[in-house]
Amino acid sequence: MSVIFILIGASLTVAIIFLLAFLWAVKNGQYDDSYTPSVRMLFESGTPKTEKEDTNGTVNKKA
Amino acid sequence: MESQEQIVECYHCGEICETTVIPFDNKPFCCEGCKTVYEILSSNNLCEYYSIDNNPGIKNDKGFEEQFAYLENNDIQKQLLTFTDGKTSKVIFHLPKIHCSSCIWLLENLGRLNRGVLASEVNFAKKEITVSFKNEIVSLRQLAELLASIGYEPNINMASSGKDKPNAIPKSLYYKIGIAGFCFGNIMLLSFPEYLTDNNNIIGEYAQLFTYLNLVLALPVFFYCSTDYFQSAYKSLKHGVVNIDFPISLGIIILFARSAFEILSQTGAGYMDSLAGLLFFLLIGKWFQTKTYEALSFERDYRSYFPLAVLKKVGKTETPTPVNQIKIGDILKIRNQEIIPTDSILSSTAASIDYSFVTGESTPVYVEKGAFVYAGGKQVGNSIEVIVEKEVSQSYLTQLWNKRDEQDDTSLITTITDNASKYFTFAILGIALITGIYWYLVAPSLVFSTVTAVLIVACPCALALALPFALGNSIRILGKRFFYAKNTNAVENLAAIDTIVFDKTGTLTDSSNVKVNYHGKELSEEELSYIKSIAEHSTHPLSRAIYSSLKAQTYKTDSVEEIPGKGLSGVVNGNTIKIGSIRFVGEDAQAKQRSSEVYIQINGETYGAYQIERPYRTGISNLIGQLKYREMEIHILSGDNESEKELLQQLFSQRENLNFNCSPIDKLNYIKRLQEQGKKVLMVGDGLNDAGALGQSDVGIAVSDDVNSFAPACDVIMDVKKLPELFQFIDFAKNSIKVVKASFVLSIFYNTVGVAFAVQGLLTPVIAAILMPLSSISVVAFVTLATNLISRKNNRQYIIPRQRRLSDKQEKETVTKVTIPA
Repeated sequence: MSVIFILIGASLTVAIIFLLAFLWAVKNGQYDDSYTPSVRMLFESGTPKTEKEDTNGTVNKKA
Repeated sequence: MESQEQIVECYHCGEICETTVIPFDNKPFCCEGCKTVYEILSSNNLCEYYSIDNNPGIKNDKGFEEQFAYLENNDIQKQLLTFTDGKTSKVIFHLPKIHCSSCIWLLENLGRLNRGVLASEVNFAKKEITVSFKNEIVSLRQLAELLASIGYEPNINMASSGKDKPNAIPKSLYYKIGIAGFCFGNIMLLSFPEYLTDNNNIIGEYAQLFTYLNLVLALPVFFYCSTDYFQSAYKSLKHGVVNIDFPISLGIIILFARSAFEILSQTGAGYMDSLAGLLFFLLIGKWFQTKTYEALSFERDYRSYFPLAVLKKVGKTETPTPVNQIKIGDILKIRNQEIIPTDSILSSTAASIDYSFVTGESTPVYVEKGAFVYAGGKQVGNSIEVIVEKEVSQSYLTQLWNKRDEQDDTSLITTITDNASKYFTFAILGIALITGIYWYLVAPSLVFSTVTAVLIVACPCALALALPFALGNSIRILGKRFFYAKNTNAVENLAAIDTIVFDKTGTLTDSSNVKVNYHGKELSEEELSYIKSIAEHSTHPLSRAIYSSLKAQTYKTDSVEEIPGKGLSGVVNGNTIKIGSIRFVGEDAQAKQRSSEVYIQINGETYGAYQIERPYRTGISNLIGQLKYREMEIHILSGDNESEKELLQQLFSQRENLNFNCSPIDKLNYIKRLQEQGKKVLMVGDGLNDAGALGQSDVGIAVSDDVNSFAPACDVIMDVKKLPELFQFIDFAKNSIKVVKASFVLSIFYNTVGVAFAVQGLLTPVIAAILMPLSSISVVAFVTLATNLISRKNNRQYIIPRQRRLSDKQEKETVTKVTIPA
């Protein structure tokens, strides 16, 4: 039965990883705009951007 | 111009080309503006824009020569830029014209139009674009001009320099929900063995470990997720009010303290599962309640209307200066269509000022040198110069806002839940006290456990969930019907309304649907063209109405002269044309002229006059009838004169409640007087002139043709086409409150059952763990279903008056007979 310690430890670790992922997603602003990305993903990639320098965090997220 | 016969749609904006068609690249365009945008896009290989959505273009008929010159000012740049390191900068612009997926595509490809743009990202819901750009290649001004040139003119005003949005859901609420959910799930899992066993069998040796883990998991719930409730309870206690958060906080504290005590003293398993579940549900309720319409702003004040900068004249040089740096005595240059930012004295010879922001009256006022001009007025015509008399924060219009703000701070919002919880709290404390005394006499060792059990089970979580879910759902339902409430309080207040005050101009009358009728000697096609050519030169609303009503073509004109407040004259093809007031065309001034008539004179002969009508909106008399049926008191406030008093009396038949010549302050005071009589007042208005009244009233509804563009601070923003349905909205709000009250009964029933267990000392963790989620979920389900049901019923009710076509027709007929002065 002492395996239960490992199991609980493992399950809590997994749960905490998911919690941290959620907190990170909120902090990263992924819940700020729930509409635009759904449209954006349907656009053609088109001509690639030439400049790929530092864009201060707003890197174009086009696939 | 043979294409006049067939209907041609502009390739760019999709509007029907009315007079002239400009062919370019084998495609038709309605105006030079549209053609120019197409040229820009096609030369940059961006024509995909036209294939993503249908007719995405925006009619672009305004020039912007010097409009964005002020963006070169360093102070203003500092206010607007969200990031800069000297080489690259980042700015967020609000673009009200964003409306389709083509817009998103084009704006996110801004880098292909100007290589200085490093990245651009659109937030469609907020109608915002975030642009990162290289300072040395493109300036902020050029960026704004680039956006304006393709039809997306950025809306930059004093309010956009304040960077945060007040009505957004704070991120901490999401964190709290996430953490509470995580803890709830895990505590549930660890508590499960406790529910199923008798403590003494196999899990016995691990039971202690589980309870300690529960305690650890409950710590963040208690110390982080619950803080809002503690703060709110403390704040309201300081004001001497018991709100719903007080019994909740009490329940949470007792729940945590008793469970921690049981766990540490190893006397029991505690109720940590109930605690975490309670917080999880409560926080979800809080989130559900705060439905936000991101593109709408309910907090707009005068700063949203004022420009960020104005041209200041020092000697011969003109420099753009931030509005809040203007000092008394400065000389300002105000160009055509610019807003005067502060009360000043006119130093140019003459000006004609459109005070429609302030008074709702759109006919420009003609003023001469030395006259006092108020902030909020818009210059129409040539540039003028003014000398500043008062600082921006001291002007007449600003004062109106400030007056309102002072009142807002002192009023504490109490909801129906708070009123209910007042009695509830005292009842619970009473029961706890009696239980304590009883057990003290019978078995003193059980006092602690029974009293805490009462306080735990009485924690009114179902009560606290009823209102957020019922009204949160109501807001969503109303939002689908173009009735956007600011928060649940607005819906609650709407249900209590007994008096309705309407603004007339722009609210009851329709300023966009102008009817132009001509009477007099018949005009030939050629003569109509002359009139149109002349009218084209004026920005006066009457000239614009005539211009857009005529289908004729336009000619080149000579020596056009506009005399503000009187009329317009000019020469077309050798004919002298005069259009304007009866005096202007030199006719007998004794004949009584209605202010909405424009006389026409060609080569000295007076032909006749155009009469411009602004009809009442359809469905208004129906609405008034419905409201009267429910014995609502109706008042009308109008900034106009009494000329249509008789007509309004026919419509409303309550003589004493019609008020004319009201200034914005009059309107505010009128509402205040009604409130002093104990009335719950709903104000329906449109312009900035109603702003004070909208703020003062219990519920202020701003109606607007385009809900995204223009609304003063208010509780509700509503599509003006939905105004005839106002009665249904009020009815719906009333029914929603009935649902809330019914759910109170339900939740009190659950509490009674729980308390029955608790007073007997029978509240085990299992019972608590079943009762709490059961009561919460069933209350939530009840209110959600009930509000959806009444919404469906309410919708059906509305169809009936619509089907009565006959009455609608009759109404239209009476409307067309009526003329409303411009």
